[in-house]
Amino acid sequence: MIDGAMDADITLDIRNLETHFAADPGVSKAVDGVSFTVRRNETLAVVGESGSGKSVTSLSVMRLIPTPPGRIAGGEILFRGRDGRVRDLARLSEKEMRSVRGNEIGMIFQEPMTSLNPVYSVGDQIGEALRYHQGMDRKAARAEALALLKKVGIPAAERRLDEFPHQMSGGMRQRVMIAMALACRPTLLIADEPTTALDVTIQAQILDLMRRLQAETGTSILFITHNLGVVAEIAHRVVVMYSGRVVEEGDVRSLFKNPRHPYTRGLLACMPNLGQSRGEAARLEAIPGNVPSPMNRPKGCTFAPRCPWAEPACTTAEPALEPVSPDHSARCRRWRDLP
Amino acid sequence: MTTQPLLQVRGLEKKFPIRGGLLQRPVGWVKAVDDLSFDLNRGEVLGLVGESGSGKTTAGRSILRLIEPTSGSIRFDGEEVTGLPPAKMRALRRRMQIVFQDPYASLDPRQRVRDVIGEALTIHNIGTKADRRDRIAALLQKVGLTADAMDRFPHEFSGGQRQRIGIARALAVEPDFIVADEPVSALDVSVQAQVVNLLDDLRRELGLAVLFIAHDLAVVRYISDRVAVMYLGRLMELAPSDSLYDRPRHPYTRALLSAAPEPDPDAPKQRMLLEGDVPSPMNPPSGCVFRTRCPYALPACAEPAASIPREVAPGHVVSCIRDDVIMA
Repeated sequence: MIDGAMDADITLDIRNLETHFAADPGVSKAVDGVSFTVRRNETLAVVGESGSGKSVTSLSVMRLIPTPPGRIAGGEILFRGRDGRVRDLARLSEKEMRSVRGNEIGMIFQEPMTSLNPVYSVGDQIGEALRYHQGMDRKAARAEALALLKKVGIPAAERRLDEFPHQMSGGMRQRVMIAMALACRPTLLIADEPTTALDVTIQAQILDLMRRLQAETGTSILFITHNLGVVAEIAHRVVVMYSGRVVEEGDVRSLFKNPRHPYTRGLLACMPNLGQSRGEAARLEAIPGNVPSPMNRPKGCTFAPRCPWAEPACTTAEPALEPVSPDHSARCRRWRDLP
Repeated sequence: MTTQPLLQVRGLEKKFPIRGGLLQRPVGWVKAVDDLSFDLNRGEVLGLVGESGSGKTTAGRSILRLIEPTSGSIRFDGEEVTGLPPAKMRALRRRMQIVFQDPYASLDPRQRVRDVIGEALTIHNIGTKADRRDRIAALLQKVGLTADAMDRFPHEFSGGQRQRIGIARALAVEPDFIVADEPVSALDVSVQAQVVNLLDDLRRELGLAVLFIAHDLAVVRYISDRVAVMYLGRLMELAPSDSLYDRPRHPYTRALLSAAPEPDPDAPKQRMLLEGDVPSPMNPPSGCVFRTRCPYALPACAEPAASIPREVAPGHVVSCIRDDVIMA
């Protein structure tokens, strides 16, 4: 029934997602009407600062929002599984969701040490998903786990199979997480700050691995990060979130080369440039003020109080997400006026 | 007029015991910092970069003797700091301060901002009580907060504002030298720039010497006059910022710079991908500690001589024996 409404190459279609948390007093609208799509073979990066709602969005897709206090209060999360059938994840029962999570949707988190179980060997942990979701026996699961460890570039994989997470470095553990996430050949991989805890030389290895695996498998990747450098490396398209909403969306080149929202411009301008000598570098253009609390968002455009382009009208009505070009849109009434 | 550096560090070493067995006796040692030498001039910013386990934080804290160095010499304004008796050390601390990474953990939640900043003034007996109030107000203004922040508690402030309070606390005693240990890493990108600008303004205005410890290579270039690169406790390269970033000589520095993701989808991606992980600091490779991941390593790199820093151009120090690579 939903099928007809969704292009065949779209894996994930989030429509007007609302995820709220009960607070005392009131309600915190962590995600406040977010929509975007992820296509096959595509990496979509969701970028934002703390409090932007990017992680709550990814947790909503996985249905891992702690309830209560949180709940998905509205919207649809349309997901196309391996068999091509489209389902609304927001409405699946927990039982149905268990057959999706770790199977058709793979997950990687920021801190591999806390997401791996310390008392099972990595071979057992990778094998668990295969036995649970694909009904493999112990022996077949072990053989498949070994093949996966090799695929994610773990040296001496035979020996590593029987090791425990604490015996591995952070980079190796993240490789194990990727092996686990890909074990059941998911159509969607959700990676929430997967390289944030890693050193920069290890981060480069992991991004390289993710790119290579996507080219092999065609998996869609939803990549959550706060790091614009990482976005430029890995993403095909980018969604910029601020204060629970999408403020700009576009393909990676137009977004970085021709940002149309003052917040995106601000984020790019406030980072120093690695290639620029100290003598020639201008003073960093810091964005004044702080990210507003979700309990107390300003009226109208939530970025207006920090925006150098704001005019009186910006503080009364919330602007719509307007198309700038076919694959680029911005939520700013003044996007045409920006230089 | 003195031309002597404000801070001279020579052969700094810090070993931590690894304890094991029933009696928790040392069963081995980790050399967190090994044979580190550098100078820091008055009013100068030296960036100290390295990945986790490189020893950069331990180096900063050993210099202030917040942890006791194992051996080596630290001279501050001509005076040897190691072995200084506690009373003299306390007096010297008035001139050397630290700003910590985590603005949530480094401020006492039960102290009002007035006491967070005022404590140092009390300890060092600076000013009268009435004086102190004015001084605290002036410090808060200097770091971009208003004087009414004085009567509030740390939890009432955002991360960026807390870091400003941490900076005001460090400046309260009018130091000559500050160790800034990852001062912006815990902050959101949009707030990082505010704090980087503030540190840059303050050090210009006050003539502060700063040891700026960070892993963000772009931020370090922006703020530093010279930059030192550490790996597994040892100095790999030390040079004026532009030389280090535009003409890095050590293979590790080159790999580190090429791995840094740039916010530009058109940036040329000539990656020098390093194989493997950082070796365990309990059992570092002999000779050059980087040789196990270095694409240019030779058998001679395992010899002790391979790890000795050499000046290969004026002010440019490199610990690598592959002249054919580093001079190319």
